[in-house]
Amino acid sequence: MRTRYNEQLNKLHLQIVTMGTMCEQAISKATKALTEGDMVLAGEVVAGDAAVNQQERDVEALCLKLLLQQQPVASDLRKISSILKMLTDLERIGDQAADIAEIVKKNNLKLPEKYLHVCKMGVAAVGMVSDAIAAYVNNDLELAKEVIARDDEVDELFTKVRTELLNDLAKDNHTEGEILLNLFMVIKYYERIGDHATNVAEWVAYALTGEKA
Amino acid sequence: MDNKIKFEMKDVNLYYGDFHALKNVNLAVPEKEITAFIGPSGCGKSTLLKSLNRMNDLVEGCKITGDFLLDGEDIYDKRMDINKLRKRVGMVFQKPNPFPMSIYDNIAYGPRTHGIKNKTELDGIVEEALKNAAIWDECKDRLKKSALGMSGGQQQRLCIARALAVQPEILLMDEPTSALDPISTSKIEDLAIELKEKYTIVIVTHNMQQATRISDQTAFFLLGEVVEMNQTEKLFSMPQDKRTEDYITGRFG
Repeated sequence: MRTRYNEQLNKLHLQIVTMGTMCEQAISKATKALTEGDMVLAGEVVAGDAAVNQQERDVEALCLKLLLQQQPVASDLRKISSILKMLTDLERIGDQAADIAEIVKKNNLKLPEKYLHVCKMGVAAVGMVSDAIAAYVNNDLELAKEVIARDDEVDELFTKVRTELLNDLAKDNHTEGEILLNLFMVIKYYERIGDHATNVAEWVAYALTGEKA
Repeated sequence: MDNKIKFEMKDVNLYYGDFHALKNVNLAVPEKEITAFIGPSGCGKSTLLKSLNRMNDLVEGCKITGDFLLDGEDIYDKRMDINKLRKRVGMVFQKPNPFPMSIYDNIAYGPRTHGIKNKTELDGIVEEALKNAAIWDECKDRLKKSALGMSGGQQQRLCIARALAVQPEILLMDEPTSALDPISTSKIEDLAIELKEKYTIVIVTHNMQQATRISDQTAFFLLGEVVEMNQTEKLFSMPQDKRTEDYITGRFG
């Protein structure tokens, strides 16, 4: 019974997990490029965003096809509609990782010694995305809730680094202003990635419970 | 579910001979809302529907226990006048079944049975019933023509008009659109939603999407039991019982 439907759902499952992995890798690589000042790697992330966008279109097409052909209800409906929503957030995460890489590439940016802890934000953001996807794969409501709670940590890091940047900018003698502003952009993108990962986790909770966490 | 309870079934059991067709059914049908019964074939939903206006009385070997309270009054009470009950609780069947007579006479049949003879009064009833069933414009110029010449969708709306002509309180619909094309189906669904302003509707349907489109609450039947009853939106988005989930998602049934 419903063999083809199950096959389509399995395919959808694999596609969204693949997209999640693509996003995790994009953030990790962008962070590495930033930390090490690796322009080649930064270029790879920027170029790779097209594949994430294509993946978004493929998953979206499959979701719409399932809505049309199967008129899903109950857990199927929650799953497909959640994926449609998660998709948008994952695509934005991909964009923001590429934006970070773009800043690195364009400005030949390498994280100054003093700001090495910015990469903590990258690690935290990757962790959130990775766990949101893991929560989806394992139907793990607790993990989804944990991801949502972790957004505060990323927000705190953002506020902390923002203050440091502001202080340095006030002291700056027209030498490092551009770097500081670029870094400010970078931390804002990390902070946004945390927000999108939170959204993904909220949709995982909806798929599992029928209510957003 | 804020409306008052129009029909209440308490501990209902129904047997066809040795076959236990309905098992301890407890259900409440709110007034002026649409209640859908869903479930696989043979699960008892049509049996329960027919019990609501005592159509099972005609089935040999049918035994019913429990209470069927219409406005608090037991319809299986000895003092209940079955003709009056069926006037209050009308029924529309799966296959349109117009009488082999004119459109006008189909509608006038019920009121005449209940003693209305005056032509002007009957004319008014026929027009109103056909208007309420959203078919007046299509048949007002051929009221004297045979109802059998109408399309399936028109015939079904005629049957609804016929049921409405005796001014019932409840309309029972047993898969009313399963023999109709999508356009006729859509007309009947729109009509059902309009009719709930005045009437309480109970509909048996195999079409899940139809239940989600028109009903306020849905009861899922399986093997003679009501597995789950809830607001339709909740039942179809977050069913509480695994059997409901498995049925509505097509994992069995």
